[in-house]
Amino acid sequence: MLEKSYYDRADAIIASHGAVQAALIPIIQDIQAEYRYLPAELLAYVAKRLNINEAKAYGVATFYENFSFEPKGKYVIKVCDGTACHVRKSIPVLETFYRVLGLSKEKHTTDDMLFTVETVSCLGACGLAPTVMVNEEVHPRMTPEKAEALISSLREESQA
Amino acid sequence: MIQTREAMDALRQQAREKLESYDCRILVCSGTGCIATGSERIYEKFLEIVKDVPGVTLEFAPHDKDAHIGIKKTGCQGVCELGPLVRIQRGKEVVQYIKVAPEDCEEIFERTVRHGEIVERLLYRQKGVAYQSPEEIPFIAKQTRMLVENFGKYDSESLEEYVAGGGFKGLERALFEMQPEDVIETIDRSGLRGRGGGGFPTGKKWRQVAAQSEPVRYVVCNGDEGDPGAFMDGSVMEGDPFRLVEGMMIAAYAVGARDGYIYVRAEYPMSVRRLRHAIEELEKQGLLGDHILGTEFSFRLHINRGAGAFVCGEGSALTASIEGKRGMPRVKPPRTVEKGLWEKPTVLNNVETFANVPKIIQNGADWYRSVGTENSPGTKTFSLTGAIQNTGLIEVPMGTTLREIIFDIGGGIKDGGEFKAVQIGGPSGGCLTQEHLDVPLDFDSLKKLGAMIGSGGMVVMDQHTCMVEVARFFMNFTQNESCGKCVPCREGTKRMLEILERIVGGRGTMEDLDMLETLASTISETALCGLGKSAAQPVMSTLHNFRDEYIAHVVDKKCPAHACAAMRRFVISADRCKGCSKCARNCPADAISGVVRSPFRIDPEKCIRCGACESACAFGAIHIEW
Repeated sequence: MLEKSYYDRADAIIASHGAVQAALIPIIQDIQAEYRYLPAELLAYVAKRLNINEAKAYGVATFYENFSFEPKGKYVIKVCDGTACHVRKSIPVLETFYRVLGLSKEKHTTDDMLFTVETVSCLGACGLAPTVMVNEEVHPRMTPEKAEALISSLREESQA
Repeated sequence: MIQTREAMDALRQQAREKLESYDCRILVCSGTGCIATGSERIYEKFLEIVKDVPGVTLEFAPHDKDAHIGIKKTGCQGVCELGPLVRIQRGKEVVQYIKVAPEDCEEIFERTVRHGEIVERLLYRQKGVAYQSPEEIPFIAKQTRMLVENFGKYDSESLEEYVAGGGFKGLERALFEMQPEDVIETIDRSGLRGRGGGGFPTGKKWRQVAAQSEPVRYVVCNGDEGDPGAFMDGSVMEGDPFRLVEGMMIAAYAVGARDGYIYVRAEYPMSVRRLRHAIEELEKQGLLGDHILGTEFSFRLHINRGAGAFVCGEGSALTASIEGKRGMPRVKPPRTVEKGLWEKPTVLNNVETFANVPKIIQNGADWYRSVGTENSPGTKTFSLTGAIQNTGLIEVPMGTTLREIIFDIGGGIKDGGEFKAVQIGGPSGGCLTQEHLDVPLDFDSLKKLGAMIGSGGMVVMDQHTCMVEVARFFMNFTQNESCGKCVPCREGTKRMLEILERIVGGRGTMEDLDMLETLASTISETALCGLGKSAAQPVMSTLHNFRDEYIAHVVDKKCPAHACAAMRRFVISADRCKGCSKCARNCPADAISGVVRSPFRIDPEKCIRCGACESACAFGAIHIEW
């Protein structure tokens, strides 16, 4: 059971979209934006409030790549591996993040909950490939060296 | 509130006068690309500089000072690679600056804004020539910018500027001078075809929706531009959001819809912000809502954000996602025009298609047909990326050749490389090669060549790109994104991916190539939706155009592009090796042997090509052979 504040927040989010099935995705998007993940308890709660079968809601949440039942780090780093970025060497950038942060394909988030590293298929800034998005900010023309520097500056920023 | 046609005219008049009252406009590019290179900081820097200058007013303050300066955020100015881009407009003269840093802003303000001088070092240069006006830069000069005409000219967040530039004239004409049927007729005669990939005639689609007996209809815009390497629709949504909305309004009027939805992919937060802002502005002015411009036409627009599923770019999956369900395609018929969103007749077009509509209604079908080819009229936007000199968003008439795009507009291959192929149409498309350079690009010619325009992603590849690896890359993408509903796509793409991984891993056989072809034809014949049907396209197309590259991987175990790591062989040069045994101690596969102080040897049978020996060697005695 989560703290009451979570359910209150969920209620407010549901109220802003309306308690109908069509609002399921926007609602859980907002919840995830709030907590950086989708607590399973809240998904069940939302399903009940929207009068949707819990299994169905779970089916939706697991179908879309963006939803995560695991808490994500403060900085979600999305390494673009779209065609343009791939052709301009995005994989060495990804590998640098993995190496510097001790992460891998299986382990996405650092233990201190500061960083999550994921890949994404296209950020739409292909002219500046390879690109990386940190939360909502796009970083252009990445190299392994710039990836290391980015991590250090984000670490500093989080301590400031 | 703008509730009559006269009020709209008055606003347009007023907005034009305001536009002309500027002594100078500083136009900062705010496309995703330039924001990534720091254009927001440039914008703020200019605001800061101008704020404290005596004798200068910002924006539309009373005209009691010497000079009026406008600082605006515009849509994509085109050459993303050279951002942040800034244009300075004084009267009719426009200067384009590239790679502007915050430190340059003072100088730009002092010299160009105040005194009309040019800061030479910030000009675009090509082959020793410096270009002042954006219209002269070869990359832009060789394009036909109709759809993106407002990009770099107007503030993409300002309704006023959109209207001043002729915005909403199309809607006005539709509402006051045309019956819904006339609108459909005009779109039909214009020959506009769906820009999302298939090229289905837009007028025909609208007519089918209008003909349904069900009175509730919807208009849905597909902004789920998922093809990796494509960003045109994103640029339109952020660069000219009002135009997209106007196009959707005209569609709604034509088919009798009262509600519309724009489905924007999750990775485009900027598009969502700009569209939301546009919708709020229009609601405030009464241009979205009930009785628009005092007519019987009422329309509301909603935004849905995607949640990271490529398959939602498919029509029936997209509408399922708006309904709050898993985004899975369904069997057709019934088609979306009969039973789309909530089982109601639905016009589903992509961003670029809708954005083309306002000008067609305003200027007529013949105007539109005057550009492009007979069967594919108009222009097409492409995102030009990869191993090319000038990357960025381009717009050219349908029927332009690949040679013009790559060599005239794109400036040729990056770093003097050699053109090998261009992948067009993303994971559903194919590749075009040297022999296709002079084919006019349009919907039909590309289909014949086993490629497709798709949404317009164009990734250029040079001699360092391995086409087998490209095929593997796309298959990996499609396999990941397969929704899993139908067996041919779910299982077939998996098997194809395994085979491709075998081939790039140096373990492929000639039978594998036959199997790829069998699987490809089975999947494209039997998959449920367009994504499945086209999933094998990149493999088919590379197999057809670059079969010898596949054979080199399979038979000779060589990668002609020197890209596949598994094909490299590590060799110890006997004359450089000191016999220190460090390599052998670092080898995880026990593949290196020798006697200390005499040259060591790598057993290629045991070697796993990891490269540990190469980085361990202190004498540079280990090199790679391909």
